[in-house]
Amino acid sequence: MIERKDVEYVARLARLRLSEEEQERMARELGAVLGYIEHIEELDLSGVEPTSHVVDLVNSLRSDEVRESLPREAALANAPEVVDNGFAVPAAGS
Amino acid sequence: MSADLIALSAAQAAVALHAGEIDAAELFSAYADRVAGEQIGAYLWREEGNPLVERPADFRSTPLAGVPIAVKDLFCMEGVPSTAASKILEGYLPPYTATSIARLQAAGASVLGKTNMDEFAMGSSNENSGYKTVKNPWDETRVPGGSSGGSAAAVAAGLAPWATGTDTGGSIRQPASLCGLVGLKPTYGSVSRYGMIAFASSLDQAGPITRDVTDAALMLKYMQGKDERDSTSTGLPDEVELPSATDLNGKRFGVPSTIDWSGVQPGVKAVFDAAVERLTALGAEVVEITLPHAEHGLSAYYLIAPAEASANLARFDGVRFGLRSEGEGLTAMYENTRHDGFGAEVKRRIMLGTYALSSGYYDAYYGRAQLVRTKIADDFRAAFNKCDFVVTPTSPTVAFKVGERVEDPLAMYLSDLFTVPMSLAGIPAISVPAGLATPDGAAQAAPGDDGALPVGLQIAGPAHSENALLDAAFAFERATEHMPAPWER
Repeated sequence: MIERKDVEYVARLARLRLSEEEQERMARELGAVLGYIEHIEELDLSGVEPTSHVVDLVNSLRSDEVRESLPREAALANAPEVVDNGFAVPAAGS
Repeated sequence: MSADLIALSAAQAAVALHAGEIDAAELFSAYADRVAGEQIGAYLWREEGNPLVERPADFRSTPLAGVPIAVKDLFCMEGVPSTAASKILEGYLPPYTATSIARLQAAGASVLGKTNMDEFAMGSSNENSGYKTVKNPWDETRVPGGSSGGSAAAVAAGLAPWATGTDTGGSIRQPASLCGLVGLKPTYGSVSRYGMIAFASSLDQAGPITRDVTDAALMLKYMQGKDERDSTSTGLPDEVELPSATDLNGKRFGVPSTIDWSGVQPGVKAVFDAAVERLTALGAEVVEITLPHAEHGLSAYYLIAPAEASANLARFDGVRFGLRSEGEGLTAMYENTRHDGFGAEVKRRIMLGTYALSSGYYDAYYGRAQLVRTKIADDFRAAFNKCDFVVTPTSPTVAFKVGERVEDPLAMYLSDLFTVPMSLAGIPAISVPAGLATPDGAAQAAPGDDGALPVGLQIAGPAHSENALLDAAFAFERATEHMPAPWER
């Protein structure tokens, strides 16, 4: 089990509304999964370098030239709300 | 005639198309008719026209000359509904096509439709689709595996000659194993990720799900390649060759002595042991190796993949595409959209990933998982000093019953036990049908036995060893008794 207040806090960070029932379930299920995962605490990992990526690539660059990009209409075509050729969102206040 | 067309593998169909023995439009229709009537939930969208009726005259000179293909719904295709089986992307029509799919199309492949999957590729049973569950054609009360479950079910049911899949921790290999098919996860970076809806970017890799090893090589040949739109793509250093090996003389296969067999069904173990004997009979030397950190692979994976997913899925916010649920102000709109649009497993992974990355837990979870990842890659490097390939079962169990693991996420995650270490190390691995087990997984079974279910052998090799890996898998396939697929019966 992890605590309900932790579930609420993490859900807020993730911008995810969870119902009461979902919060309860999440506390139980995340607790079980974390309980399993915690076994990696037993490993001696001193002096080990982290792997964030498996391919040794440094600065994969392409030539800096002007080329066609996605037309504005195509980029906006899937938007739930468009105003003045831009993505429209509710006011950020409150 | 239609049945004869379905009987052709993709490679056989390409040969027949080039020779003018069969017609591309008829071949497409033969599959499209079957797809239109399918009852196993394999497809989310199907092509209703026949794109091959009015094809250019030089079409036959393309390498695949019109061979139909099914595409996992994770791949964007311009103007074609592409949802990753999520309600949050219902109705989304991408303005571009994934590079890997565009390459297959340029090589002459014709898309039959988009296949069902676990939402955002998160799952091992296809029960997490936002739309419908996929049934395993071997036994419709069972799951086809996941996340590429629709692709595997489609190929096993003769609803496509072959299909694309994607694999983050086993999502090509495990459904291939559970549906009696070949599934190849290539070396990380071989195939462009451009236009694939992202799950865990340091792990995601596209690859083939096919009836046989030759088809897997053929699809990889036309999928792979460096792409300037994916800066992590490298392509494969050598041209992909169609496999031809008939023996395994001089090849060394490593069997990890560190496998904990307690969680593996006895029938799966028996099929694996018999498979290792066949490798020896083909001339291979079987050696004992150790992968001491592989048992921690699952823990590392279930921190790294959700952490990356929690970042990747931040883009689903009701602003630029997909669902929007209104709320009082911007934050409430975000929160409501994500509440309504994501399914339970996706929410679980976003929560797990956000937790693992949050202040105070980062070092203990995500940071530590990255260290374990290094150890796992080191284990494989050491193993490949002693052997050419590593072999394990692909899945610890045969296909399980629909609903059996839905209430227990951890039990579901254990399905990926044998496949995640290769994903973390970025190395290629293929699942090849190895035999059959009884439906309860208790013992080995023979073709024709009532309810027998397929078991796959996983063969992994060092980075960029695809040609050698495909050759080894091909020799093994030739030495393995053919198990008639559901579409053949």
